This record gives sequence, C-alpha cells and structure tokens, in this order.
Amino acid sequence: MSKLRQIAFYGKGGIGKSTTSQNTLAALAEMGHRILIVGCDPKADSTRLILHAKAQDTILSLAAAAGSVEDLEIEEVMKVGYRDIKCVESGGPEPGVGCAGRGVITSINFLEENGAYEDIDYVSYDVLGDVVCGGFAMPIRENKAQEIYIVMSGEMMAMYAANNISKGILKYANSGGVRLGGLVCNERQTDKELELAEAMAKKLGTHLIYFVPRDNIVQHAELRRMTVLEYAPDSVQAGHYRTLAQRIHGNGGKGIIPTPITMDELEDMLMEHGIMKAVDESIVGKTAADLAAIA
Amino acid sequence: MSVIEKQSVAEIKARNKELIAEVLQVYPEKTAKRRAKHLNVHEAGKSDCGVKSNIKSIPGVMTIRGCAYAGSKGVVWGPIKDMIHISHGPVGCGQYSWAARRNYYIGTTGIDTFVTMQFTSDFQEKDIVFGGDKKLAKIMDEIQELFPLNRGITVQSECPIGLIGDDIEAVSKVKSKEYDGKTIVPVRCEGFRGVSQSLGHHIANDAIRDWVFDKIAPDAAPRFEPSPYDVAIIGDYNIGGDAWSSRILLEEMGLRVIAQWSGDGSLAELEATPKAKLNVLHCYRSMNYISRHMEEKYGIPWCEYNFFGPSKIAESLRKIAGFFDDKIKEGAERVIAKYQPLMDAVIAKYRPRLEGKTVMLFVGGLRPRHVIGAYEDLGMEVVGTGYEFGHNDDYQRTAQHYVKDGTLIYDDVTGYEFERFVEKIQPDLVGSGIKEKYVFQKMGVPFRQMHSWDYSGPYHGYDGFAIFARDMDMAINSPVWKMAKAPWKQKPQPTLMAAE
Repeated sequence: MSKLRQIAFYGKGGIGKSTTSQNTLAALAEMGHRILIVGCDPKADSTRLILHAKAQDTILSLAAAAGSVEDLEIEEVMKVGYRDIKCVESGGPEPGVGCAGRGVITSINFLEENGAYEDIDYVSYDVLGDVVCGGFAMPIRENKAQEIYIVMSGEMMAMYAANNISKGILKYANSGGVRLGGLVCNERQTDKELELAEAMAKKLGTHLIYFVPRDNIVQHAELRRMTVLEYAPDSVQAGHYRTLAQRIHGNGGKGIIPTPITMDELEDMLMEHGIMKAVDESIVGKTAADLAAIA
Repeated sequence: MSVIEKQSVAEIKARNKELIAEVLQVYPEKTAKRRAKHLNVHEAGKSDCGVKSNIKSIPGVMTIRGCAYAGSKGVVWGPIKDMIHISHGPVGCGQYSWAARRNYYIGTTGIDTFVTMQFTSDFQEKDIVFGGDKKLAKIMDEIQELFPLNRGITVQSECPIGLIGDDIEAVSKVKSKEYDGKTIVPVRCEGFRGVSQSLGHHIANDAIRDWVFDKIAPDAAPRFEPSPYDVAIIGDYNIGGDAWSSRILLEEMGLRVIAQWSGDGSLAELEATPKAKLNVLHCYRSMNYISRHMEEKYGIPWCEYNFFGPSKIAESLRKIAGFFDDKIKEGAERVIAKYQPLMDAVIAKYRPRLEGKTVMLFVGGLRPRHVIGAYEDLGMEVVGTGYEFGHNDDYQRTAQHYVKDGTLIYDDVTGYEFERFVEKIQPDLVGSGIKEKYVFQKMGVPFRQMHSWDYSGPYHGYDGFAIFARDMDMAINSPVWKMAKAPWKQKPQPTLMAAE
C-alpha cells in the first residue's frame, strides 16, 4: 500500500468545487486508487455524484439520533459508490442553528478514531465556501490534508476567496505540514480567464494545476447525479478530468507555502489585466447627486 | 504578632510602598506596569483609593475572580427561591456552583422552592452542533410537569450558548405563551463576557428590568395594600440568614419590608418592588443598576446602608429613617436604644480580647469596606483591603467613608501578591474566601471566610454582630496558633531559676 495522500478542495461557494472534486476523484479511482471522500459541508452534497443520491445518513444526524457520536459504528456512515469510492458526509445543523464548524471537528475526529483511513490511498476533504471559523479549518490543521487545491475562476470574488484560503493555509503551514497544491481553474468564460488564473497562481507562489474548460456535458451528467467519468467516459471532458487527476497524483509532496497578497495588490493585478478599472480616488464615497453637483 | 501599632502612619506608608515595589519586581516589565496601577497606599483626604479597577486580569496570574454566569446565576438570580434557574449549557458550570452560596430561605425544597437544587441542560456535543433550543424547550416542559408549583423559570446562559448563537429569547417567549404568560427569563450571562462576575450582576439586573418589570402592566393595581412605610431590601443575599437579621430591625422601627432582593426572595416580591417607597441597598456593586432604574422609572429613591457592627447600624437606621416621618425616626432611636445593652455586653466581652488586632481583607462586592466598622467596634484595625471585582465607585466609597490613612489597597490581587503582603505585614487575621483560607492558615495566620461567614452567620444586624464578634475571637485567639510553630524553630526556653 502506498502512503496515504490527504488532499482537500476549497474555493468560493458555487464555484464547482464538489463537481470538480468528484470528477477528479472518479478519475483517480479509474487509475486504481482507493478513495475516501469526506464531505465537510452541512448541505451534505459532496458525494452526490458518486453515490447517485444525496447521502441521508450523515455522521452528525446519526450521532444526534443515537445520542452521541461514540454510539456510532463506522459502517453505518460509510457508503460505497462508483468504482468503490467510499463516501462519508459530516452533515450538520440546518442553516442558522447550532455550530456547523464544531460538527466538522466532531466528524473528522470520529473518522480518525474509528480507522476510516485504513486501506485507503486518497482521502479527500470537500469543504464549504470559505474558512469562516476554526471548524472549517480542521482539514488543514496538523496531520490532516497535506495539499490543498483551490478551485477558482476568473471572477473577482473567486480570486478574493482563493487569496483568503491561502491566508488560512499560511496560518497552519508552519505548525503543521499543510501546503498549497495549486489552483484549479473551473472555466466561467470571463475575460482573459486563463491569463488571470496563471497570474494569480504566480502571485500566490504556486502554479495553475489545470484549466478545466466549460462543457455542458458536466450539467448533463449532474442532472443524472453522475460524474462525467461515469456518464460519458469517452467524452473530451472526461479526458480533461483524467489529466487533472494525473497532475494531482504527480503533484504529491510538491505543495508550497502560499504567499497571499494584500487587497491592494489583488486589485492592482485585476487592473493590470483590465478586469477592473483604475479607481478615481476623488469619486470614492460620493453619491450620484454629489457627482452631478461637481460636474 | 502584630508590629503595626508601634509604627507611625508615615512609617506604615513607607513600608507599604516598599512592599508594593517588592512584589512588582518579580513580574515581567509589562505585567509589573499593569499591576502597579492596581496597588496603592491610601492617602487620607483623597476621593478614591488611587487604584485602577474593573480591568481584565493578566493571563498567568492567579486571580480570584468569577465569571458573568457566576454573577447572574450564583449571585443575583440563584436565591430567588420560587423560580427554577436552569444552568444552560454543559454540566460543569451548574454542578460546581451548586449550592455554593448559603442563601437561606423558607419553603419546601422541591415543592415550592428550589434554591438548593440544581437544574442543567447538560449539553452534549450534538447540542453544540445542532443547537440546544429544542432541548431547552423540552426541559421547560419537564419542569412544568415535575415542579408545577414553580412560579417562573430563568435561563442562565453558559459560554457555548453565546458561541453557537442559540435563540433562548424565542424559546422563552414561546414557552411563556404556552404556559399562560408564565415568567420565563432568558439571561445572556455567558461566562466569557466582561472581566469578572461584575458584568453578570449588571446583565442579571437588566434581565429583571426587561423580563419582570416590563411585563407588569403599568397601571395594574398592586396585588397588596400599599402603605407609606413600604421598603424593599436590595442586595442582601441572606448568607446564613443576614437578610432576616436585617429585616427585623427595619420592621421594629415601623417600616414594612415588601421584598428581599434576592436572599429568601420570590418572584412576587420582585414584582411588588416598583410600589416601594424606598429601596434600601446593601450590596451596591451587584444591585445599584436596578435601584437606579427604579429611581428613574418609578421615582423610588434608594439609600445605601451598612448593617455590620453597632456604629454603622445606628448610622444606617437613622439614615433610612431620614426618608420617613417622625414616627419612623423615633422608631429608629427606639431600636438603637433597645439593642445598646446587648451591644455593650458583646463589646465588653470581646473587645479586651481583640483590641489592637489587625486585619487584612480581600472580598467581593461590599465587604471590603462594609465590615471595617464592625472590626473597629471591636477595637481592631483593617490595615489592608481590596475588591475582587469592584469598580471605581466602590473605591471612592471606601476612601471617603472607611479606610484609614496608609491602608494598603490591592485591586484584583493576585495569589502571589496577597501571600507576600500577608507574609510581610503579619496581620492577626485575614478575611477572604475558601481559595485563600488554607494558604494563610498554613502560614500560621488566623483566617475567616468573609464570603460564606465560614458556615456561620448571620453577621448583619445587631444579632449578627454578636456572632461576628464571637467568630473573630474564636479565629484569632484559638489556642491552636500557639502550637503552629515547628519545635525546631522555637527559641529555647531560658532555664528557670528556683525561687529564692
């Protein structure tokens, strides 16, 4: 058995993290690797395409029903999907209640204590949009994910998020072994997207692992709750995910400590690429009426 | 033991200043700079004690302070006897504060009164992750079923409630409606709020204002026949029966006590208080907030008093009587005269045994100043004092009315500082809490717990003074202290010569 690789996918909400990660992991499974996906989003939809269904029995919902997490058996929460990929969902409270972050911590501790990581080549954590609190930073803490892959696009907010996630990685990089594996650009067809993604990667001190082109076949597969790898294994898009999977596999141990940039630097970069116009300081904070009066 | 009496005030001041400099030396520079502001020597004529207070304790020192939950559940709300107070959160906060203060009360525990019982929501991991509101609602249902004679419920928040953002107000409102307008009070006294238990007192006071007073219809007729002599005792927690030995004096002088806040108090008494003619306030620190509110909203004046020792009791009875007519003023004189022989007898018995003895105090809300008069009535002298969680207005009162020139003042004293001070000053008695007791007794210094009265009391009122005097004598003059010195440290006795 090769050494366990622990990776995690982070990125702005709605960027396509879960889709990208599940397709990539399906390709890794195709390469013969034994995979475990740990969904760390209270919505519990990180394994939907692998299982063809939203996982109902999340760790936290079962723990709540049983009384406590100590009352659970690992078999009750672990489901097996496409190409024997093992899937667990942390689950969590409904929006606006309780503490989802604590739920992630509880779930990951449970999995480790109960030997979920035995006989596995890859553990992949799929985490919600942003590192909002300590709980969602759990996968990047000591002895968890070694490499973080940030899913982003050419949109400004996606790049802000990538930069923030890098800050989170930097915070834990020195106490633990977490590294930034690289950026994965999920094409949104914004202006100069590839160029911008590469520039962003350079600023963060990493590289763009892959640029996943946009293709409607992803949506077609999703409607069937499948990965593209399973739905249309011979499609061009499936090939893209295979390439991404190979690159991630070859990227083991090559992660870096990111160099997040300041807000000003980020805005400068966007201006350089013509995404954002230079800000005229004289108009900041002026209402339309103010400006009309000046003119 | 004491060497103080032989020194002049100037010498004492010099020694105390030296002592402060000495304890500060061991701290890192930044800590020393911060602690220096909390230590001082009182200068007569100054309007306060010259110390900073109500500031966060320094990490790494041993502080004696509690938390906001302790201030609300432990002090203000806990003694309200006919309400059930839920320690909402993990089990420890409720378990370890269970019956920690000796708030005496009258009633049948478990039937119509609940003070010595402990109710907790016993949070588990799932309650943190999924929120505890449903559990809280269920607990309220169970309380209604198991203890139908409870008059109300309070929710005393522990830290996690604030962290996970549970909506205890919504649960309280829903359940209140379900149980015909029952008083259910959510209290946001999470322990991490503020620098000590002091903020908990304030939060608890505000909760009474918002969830008890504001629920009373403004024009509703009082549920009792008001009299011109109605007063409420505010800020007496009836430790060992303190409020009872105070209440009888007020009643003897012709006043009617319509409420006790909160020792042996009830929800009905809280609700009756806005109809009082005067609020008499013992613990200023923990209940000045609600007294000020009642003054502003209902026009009820309030008056601070001190029922420790005959001098202060007489002064206070006259001060309270000053708010009423001659009948009450005469009543006050009658009460003072009635108890004078008892007080004379107590002083005649104990003063010779205690004269000139020195005391160092470190206590909570009012006692660092209030008990000074009682010691002085016994011929004793308080040479050092400080507050766990006092504010500047406490130190002002202390400076203006209580301490002598040259008294050592220590705010939020650290374990290290207190030990060094006592070691150097060698008082005849230290009055503080259970955490300090054995440290000083092992140093060979007599000690009395001045939070719990060392399981004795009451100490308030004339009856209380007799007990106070006996207890101080018992502590200081116990023969055990003569045996506390190790044999090898004793000076050899000079050989006695046979008498010629």
